Amino acid sequence: MTATTPPRSFQEIILRLMTYWGSRGCAVLQPYDMEVGAGTFHPATTLRSLGSKPWAAAYVQPSRRPTDGRYGENPNRLQHYYQYQVILKPSPPDLQALYLGSLEAIGVDMDLHDIRFVEDDWESPTLGAWGLGWEVWCDGMEVSQFTYFQQVGGHDCKPVSGELTYGLERLAMYVLGVDHVMDMPFNDPDSPTPLTYGDVFRQAEQEYSRWNFDIADTDMLLQHFVDAEAECDRILSAPETDWAGRRIIMSQPAYDQCIKASHLFNLMDARGVISVTERQAYIGRVRALAKRCADAFVMTDAGASH
Amino acid sequence: MPDLLLELFSEEIPARMQARARADLQKLVTDGLVEAGLTYASAGAFSTPRRLVLAVEGLTTESPTVREERKGPKADAPEQALAGFLRGLGITDAAPVMALAGQPSGAHVHLNGVVVEVRDDKKGQILFAKVTKPGRPAAEIVAEVVERTIRTFPWPKSMRWGSGQLRWVRPLHSILCLLTTEAGSDVVPVIVDHLTAGNTTEGHRFMAPGRFAVSSFDDYRAKLAAAHVVLDSDEREAIIWNDATTAAFAQGLEVVEDKGLLAEVAGLVECPVVLMGTIGEEFLGLPPEVLQTSMKEHQKFFSVKAHSGRIEKFVTVANRTTRDDGATILKGNQKVLSARLSDARFFWDNDLRTVKAEGLEGMGAGLSGVTFHNRLGSQADRVARIADLAERLAPMVGADAALARQAAQVAKADLQSDMVGEFPELQGLMGRYYATAAGLDAQVAEACQWHYSPLGPSDVVPVAPVTVAVALADKIDTLTGFWSIDEKPTGSKDPFALRRAALGVIRLVLGNGLRLPLADLVGEDLLAFFHDRLKVYLRDQGVRHDVIDASIAMPGNDDLALLVRRAEALQAFLDTEDGTNLLQGFRRANNILNQAEAKDGVEYSFGADPKFAEDDTERALFTALDAADARIRPALGSEDFAAAMSALAGLRGPIDAFFEAVQVNAENPILRRNRLNLLHRIRSACAQVADLTKIGD
Repeated sequence: MTATTPPRSFQEIILRLMTYWGSRGCAVLQPYDMEVGAGTFHPATTLRSLGSKPWAAAYVQPSRRPTDGRYGENPNRLQHYYQYQVILKPSPPDLQALYLGSLEAIGVDMDLHDIRFVEDDWESPTLGAWGLGWEVWCDGMEVSQFTYFQQVGGHDCKPVSGELTYGLERLAMYVLGVDHVMDMPFNDPDSPTPLTYGDVFRQAEQEYSRWNFDIADTDMLLQHFVDAEAECDRILSAPETDWAGRRIIMSQPAYDQCIKASHLFNLMDARGVISVTERQAYIGRVRALAKRCADAFVMTDAGASH
Repeated sequence: MPDLLLELFSEEIPARMQARARADLQKLVTDGLVEAGLTYASAGAFSTPRRLVLAVEGLTTESPTVREERKGPKADAPEQALAGFLRGLGITDAAPVMALAGQPSGAHVHLNGVVVEVRDDKKGQILFAKVTKPGRPAAEIVAEVVERTIRTFPWPKSMRWGSGQLRWVRPLHSILCLLTTEAGSDVVPVIVDHLTAGNTTEGHRFMAPGRFAVSSFDDYRAKLAAAHVVLDSDEREAIIWNDATTAAFAQGLEVVEDKGLLAEVAGLVECPVVLMGTIGEEFLGLPPEVLQTSMKEHQKFFSVKAHSGRIEKFVTVANRTTRDDGATILKGNQKVLSARLSDARFFWDNDLRTVKAEGLEGMGAGLSGVTFHNRLGSQADRVARIADLAERLAPMVGADAALARQAAQVAKADLQSDMVGEFPELQGLMGRYYATAAGLDAQVAEACQWHYSPLGPSDVVPVAPVTVAVALADKIDTLTGFWSIDEKPTGSKDPFALRRAALGVIRLVLGNGLRLPLADLVGEDLLAFFHDRLKVYLRDQGVRHDVIDASIAMPGNDDLALLVRRAEALQAFLDTEDGTNLLQGFRRANNILNQAEAKDGVEYSFGADPKFAEDDTERALFTALDAADARIRPALGSEDFAAAMSALAGLRGPIDAFFEAVQVNAENPILRRNRLNLLHRIRSACAQVADLTKIGD
């Protein structure tokens, strides 16, 4: 195995992953334009893993976890970060080898590092989804999640999709040899305007940490949650045919409302207004939405099984 | 005699599942082979993260031929009846069989490999079929058994992958299945969905990529070793432990033993390489348990300690050698550890700050928002109940009541700490550290740590009085709580671990010789549950169940310490010759008395008078009973069961002699009544000590 030249910046790592997976037949998509907690929420993963149509996509997904905000001070924790997501349906037999190839592409020398697949069963109670797989360790550090989806939105995945999720900041910090995320070069350090991750995001981390923890209006969040829930229901309760007689099931607009509800729940959680007992109830409400959206999607052409 | 080699090569099998999978593979395949008529000399199963392997030696080449005879209908039976019989034999043409009717006994036809014969019988002519099932070659049987094993393998969790329907723990990539003899080796034709067995496998994923062919188990093992794979997990464990302890010893250090971790790590690597690294100076101030737990849970590192007990280094096990002798790998691991320990230190500093500012009560304030059980209130409600109970129990266990209350009030506070949030297994222990930091009494700190104990039948029982009070209160509250909402264990279901809680109470009581009026604390129904658990516990200690029953039947049975002392003394007594004989004497007396009482409809319970005694043995029994009574009562008063039983033992001779010489049911009604009343004295003397009617043969 030949070592690739080491990348020099965060964005170069992203670009290399794009090139790698694009050249392996993935549609290189763009992030979903909504606030989500993880790349899995992108409809290109959740909805497209349903039904029997083959699918292959790769994309960066900005992800928000309000409770992880540390005002930009913690070397590893951020309330806004990036995931790189690859979804292949059906999962190809050489998925592990493909994945390892992607690590080489971003400059991980397989002859010097210790790559391990350590059991990690994945479950998303809010999506009604689960799968089996591993967390991938590089020298003891978790660099990716590797999952074979078994069920999504309560539906068995047939065929099974293989999902790869890279925590981009952590992986890039390791590859670039940086100890604090804010010190990581975002673009090429030799460019006319060299920018670090901190130059781009420190201010935002401070602002959102404060808003997430102290300022967000919890009554408003709750009202928005209820609204999203109601709108999701309303969309899915509409007749399948519109005024012109076209059969259009609106699984995706409904799913947007499910994504909203999920993020609002995360925000309320960060504000500390959700008790342990209520927690389960909220998760159950989001899951109910996700299931109904999945039920609707499998009735569409894109989600059909033959 | 061929040898069988089977390898199921897959993506990484979870380490925790491998031991069980080895045993299951061996059992399923060898049982299947034996069921099909093959025998074998020996078998062994192996696993690495990527393969599950079975080697069977000395397999028979084929299963034996089996002959069986089936009885059919009468030779002249209607065609329909005949057709059913013939269908079962795979014969379509009935005519030749029908032609057997009326022929001499023994006449037969050969059809489709079956011999159909007519025989004379009492009821007439009957058809018999002789079926011969020829032996089958081992390869055919192996192929069937392996396919069935793969399809039905009992993984705790299995999955599908790609477009297939097959289930395995992770995607199954290849099957190697060989039968090897001196003449050579043959691939067994196993086909499972898209997989067809072959004679090839792969070595180490990174150090020896590519497939290679093997011809026997020895060849397989040797080629794997050359391809940087140690097949046997025991061997991998030995390598890891040996290399780790050697490396530590060279620096005057010692690896903290952890068998579970060793087995897990051996299940994560095919080519174990031990690397020892240093823990940053800034983290050495963390409690050693925190260091150890963080390293073990997150990184699967072994802790390495100095002679002082301080954990200073770690051992990680890589899955490969590298040209830089693991330097990059070690550096990476060290970096991850620093990030982890920075988190741990952040939690530790945060928790200490909370404790210093608000005390342990402040730390635990959030417990009111944590539901314990939706019908039993919050954790804070529970803490309040436990505090009341601990205070009430304190005098019974020799603890200071105020300290016991205080300890109970703070014992659960650490559940709200950042550290326990991250490492739930440190609950209790962190409580001790934080109680100490809060300047609380050492007894309170101790109670924080140990009040969950004992957690099982072999866990250490706390003895410090304040700890004992809180530990008892914690468990009794759990039991009475779930009892009150009718959530009792049934069969194998015990979701709230109530059996363990009851056993914990029992062990606390017995281990500390506590005298608790349990009935007042838990009520009759729950007391019966305690008695059930006590029986199980004492049976494991070698106490006979009937002896326990005989002791439970006595008054004061909620005093478990007393109950157990009685049972132990009784068991010791019954093991002596005096004891066995006295039991015989008691039974004889009791039987005669029961029969007489049933017959006469009266109870012979008092008034035995030595003046009606006719025989010397009768008089001697009176004297002996007086003497025994005089000893038993004070012995029981001082709870000296051994002395009471030794007093009973003194009755053995006089009772035997009495039954030898005297007929109880005498003609003379006065004599008879007197003797029956005398028997009653035997019964009541024994009944003071234990209920001997419960003792079995």
